[in-house]
Amino acid sequence: MTALLTFQDVAKSFTLHLRGGVVLPVVGDVSFTVEPGECVVLGGPSGAGKSSLLKMAYGNYRCDGGAILVRDGETIVDVVRADPRVMLGLRARVIAYVSQFLRVIPRVAALDVVEAAGREGGLDAGTARARAKDLLARLNLPERLWGLPPATFSGGEQQRVNIARGLIADRPLLLLDEPTASLDAQNRAVVADLVREKLRGGAGVLGIFHDSEMRDAVATRVVDVTHFAPRARAA
Amino acid sequence: MSKPLLQVRGLTKRYGDRLACADVSFDLVPGEVLAIVGESGSGKSTLLSLIATELAPDSGTVSYRMRDGALRDLGTLSEAGRRALMRTEWGFVRQDATKGLRMAVSAGGNVGERLMGLGERHYGRIRAQAIDWLGRVEIDAGRVDDPPSQFSGGMRQRLQIARNLVTGPRLVLMDEPTSGLDVSVQARLLDLIRRLSAELGLAVIIVTHDLAVARLLSHRIAVMRAGRVIETGLTDRVLDDPEHAYTQLLVSSVLAA
Repeated sequence: MTALLTFQDVAKSFTLHLRGGVVLPVVGDVSFTVEPGECVVLGGPSGAGKSSLLKMAYGNYRCDGGAILVRDGETIVDVVRADPRVMLGLRARVIAYVSQFLRVIPRVAALDVVEAAGREGGLDAGTARARAKDLLARLNLPERLWGLPPATFSGGEQQRVNIARGLIADRPLLLLDEPTASLDAQNRAVVADLVREKLRGGAGVLGIFHDSEMRDAVATRVVDVTHFAPRARAA
Repeated sequence: MSKPLLQVRGLTKRYGDRLACADVSFDLVPGEVLAIVGESGSGKSTLLSLIATELAPDSGTVSYRMRDGALRDLGTLSEAGRRALMRTEWGFVRQDATKGLRMAVSAGGNVGERLMGLGERHYGRIRAQAIDWLGRVEIDAGRVDDPPSQFSGGMRQRLQIARNLVTGPRLVLMDEPTSGLDVSVQARLLDLIRRLSAELGLAVIIVTHDLAVARLLSHRIAVMRAGRVIETGLTDRVLDDPEHAYTQLLVSSVLAA
């Protein structure tokens, strides 16, 4: 098996205990793969469960059933059943996740945020520093901001810090949830370049891009999430 | 995967008919940060006191991997042996700094005392190390001779951290280390705790009622209610997709965790 990521018959629902235990089905019968060098883009209207699928692959959401297999070198890990420590190891070495929002400790400078992400992803301090600077420069984040904490940055500036943080290390599987939502066309093009570089390096991407230009620039395949509508429950 | 540094099995403690801690079991590996969350009265501080052997359990064990690699049941250690362990291999950062510091002794003395407990007697070296650690927790070296009674709340907590970390512990227990501090001071302290625990590869058990603190600092989380651990797992998974009704209530009661 060569796939970096395999969804096998995955199902997910939320049980809202505070609302009398009502069950909200999200997706069912989800099966697809992401191969090396492939950028699979999830399509479908909002509310179809696209973000949930990324969160399930990252181990952030639980699943009701099925398997989510992630290739870690020679071994395959099922994220649905993985022990928390195994999951943390996968996140450190294999899976990068970039959301729309930057969530960091308030006081830390942007450059340090990105560099720390590089070290957590296995880079030595020197490489992490150099790559952090290179990425922030490529993403056109003004150098005068590098030493400041991102909390006061604009949405687009924060998003660029977040992208640099997500892409700095050499992880083979990237989960991208609208990472360019607040970016202008010029910076979206930079992100598209960065993603294509990762694909050429053999990484696989599972992404959500509402912007059609961005989607056309990076997608090798679109998977329509509406096909994974949860099975209707017996009345 | 590394062997557990700490192994807790079936810890149980009653106060009269109230179960303060009911059958709690978990492992902690080196470098791992575990957050114990719950409302006041959920038993999280009792659990921490049991782990620190400040309270004796009604049943259950706490075992720790000694430097020689052997896992020892702390209940079988002598009182002196336990105290030596707490002074050197373990740290305990308390919510109330006046309980974790000697308020009338200078800042340098507070840090140096733990070194002297390890047998260090050279005054110059003790002072140099104390100043080095004050710097690492961002306390100006010029304050080395001032007692913590003259420090702000945030500085006292940072001094507690220096005092605990100077001996190179492998396990640090923290009981609500940031509560009662201003938000800006809290952020600085959280950053410091996260950086030092990662740099030094510390195993940390942090008790907090603040889910945002747990999210920023911990790898794993255990949710306690009425003395029991009702849900446990990867921190972001428990906070973003809580399974148990009570955890859903806790998470939904917070403004933005």
